Amino acid sequence: MTNDMSQYPLRLEGEDAPMIRFQDVTKRYDDLTVLDRLNLDVAAGEMVTIIGPSGSGKTTVLRVLMTLERIDGGVIYVDGEPLTHMEKDGRLVQANAAHLRRMRGKIGMCFQHFNLFPHMTALGNCMEGPVQVLGLSKKEAEERALELLDMVGMAEKRDEHPSRLSGGQQQRVAIARALAMRPTVMLFDEVTSALDPEVISEVTNVIRALSEQHQLTMLMVTHQMGFAKEISDRVVFFFDGSIEEQGTPDKLFDCPEKERTQQFLSAVLEAT
Amino acid sequence: MSYLEFLSTYGELLAGGTLMTLAQFVLAALVAVAAAIVSGLMRLAPFKLVRGIATVYIELFRGTSLLVQLYWVFFALPLFGVSLHKFAAGFLTVGLCFGAYGAELVRGAVVSVPKGQWEAALALNMSPARRMWRIILPQALVIMLPPWGNLMVEILKGTALVALISVTDLMFEARQINSATYLSAQAFGTALIVYYIFARFMVTPMMRWLERIMARRIGRA
Ligand SMILES: Nc1ncnc2c1ncn2[C@@H]1O[C@H](COP(=O)(O)OP(=O)(O)O)[C@@H](O)[C@H]1O
Ligand SMILES: [Mg+2]
Repeated sequence: MTNDMSQYPLRLEGEDAPMIRFQDVTKRYDDLTVLDRLNLDVAAGEMVTIIGPSGSGKTTVLRVLMTLERIDGGVIYVDGEPLTHMEKDGRLVQANAAHLRRMRGKIGMCFQHFNLFPHMTALGNCMEGPVQVLGLSKKEAEERALELLDMVGMAEKRDEHPSRLSGGQQQRVAIARALAMRPTVMLFDEVTSALDPEVISEVTNVIRALSEQHQLTMLMVTHQMGFAKEISDRVVFFFDGSIEEQGTPDKLFDCPEKERTQQFLSAVLEAT
Repeated sequence: MSYLEFLSTYGELLAGGTLMTLAQFVLAALVAVAAAIVSGLMRLAPFKLVRGIATVYIELFRGTSLLVQLYWVFFALPLFGVSLHKFAAGFLTVGLCFGAYGAELVRGAVVSVPKGQWEAALALNMSPARRMWRIILPQALVIMLPPWGNLMVEILKGTALVALISVTDLMFEARQINSATYLSAQAFGTALIVYYIFARFMVTPMMRWLERIMARRIGRA
């Protein structure tokens, strides 16, 4: 696939440069186009929620940003620099492993199924990245991990393995694990979807506290419309690999303009 | 000659052979584990050449008889300028042979670690080597330990063939005693019992113990 990359800037500069920019981002699986020339900006410190029907490409947006998947067209920028590409001889070329590693450090992600490391305790999970990747001493990493476990209300369970924690507890440890890397951008992919209803608030409370107390830029996929409405600066409605409609939560939830948005929202409201 | 008399006459020889069998087993097991990990991981490498080398090794050692391999290493390799002492030729060949079987256990266990584990490790920005070593292999180990228990017993039994290149193991001594005395029942009977005791009361319990330890480390006990 040959892309004319010259139309894309080498970096984003200026006061109003976004923290994240998807520019014409296309992602395909074989002949299925999952993201179709997606354009999306997220400002520094902004909390953006993605909603939309299943299969519309919400998870894919987070996965390409986390560099878990390669994109087939366009560029993603993070913090002013290209993420999926890098500059070489004044042109953008595919990012190499070293560039990806440097850029990936800015981004943290929490998954629907937590994906904690089962052979490590809660504390071990939170120390792994800081020790192995950031090169912190065990002592520094432990201090940092304990502070974060305390923040998510899991300090008491520091020595438990994930198999002995409930889903809500595991997800809170997973959030602490991601935060221990001090990311600038945090991604949450349906972090409450695998949880029993009564423990969902354990996790949403943590995310709420994060959005209030930290300068993090957050991109969240969720099916919890109430939470999305309450916490988001902006809500983006996805349909079939592109943005159908976006706006402030009040506008999008209370007076959606597009018919598909209205249909989706009324279907979701009916189900709950 | 009663069995007790037999034992008091030949016990020392048989004990020496038993020690040799034990040494051959332990070294062959180490070689097998190392060869299995290296070639099992090579089979998962992104480069065709690397995968190819591993495949050739695995096919070669699984597709031919251990006895022929031992003869090759001990009698034929010297013709190409590689002479190994029979002791080293023995455990190396047995180890490499069973390592080829172990490779498939390693590869299978590594790919059966859930994809989410790779992704979580990548999201923490861990390098490929660290992901494998710190996150994937410990979990793969738990998955592959039970089949490794069987393979270990096979390795122990496989070491009996080193007698045929004159390594003075238990089988070698039993054969010596048999040809000198024709006390076949006693000589081979003793060997049978010793191999059985090793397999049943040493190798298997040790592997079970390892399984329990690893299960506990992963928080499953
Ligand atoms: N690894 C993959 N291989 C093939 N198709 C995939 C893969 N991952 C996702 N898809 C497809 O991409 C589309 C979007 O998936 P996803 O981003 O997970 O949607 P959502 O999170 O909105 O439910 C779906 O049709 C899905 O089947
Ligand atoms: Mg999804």
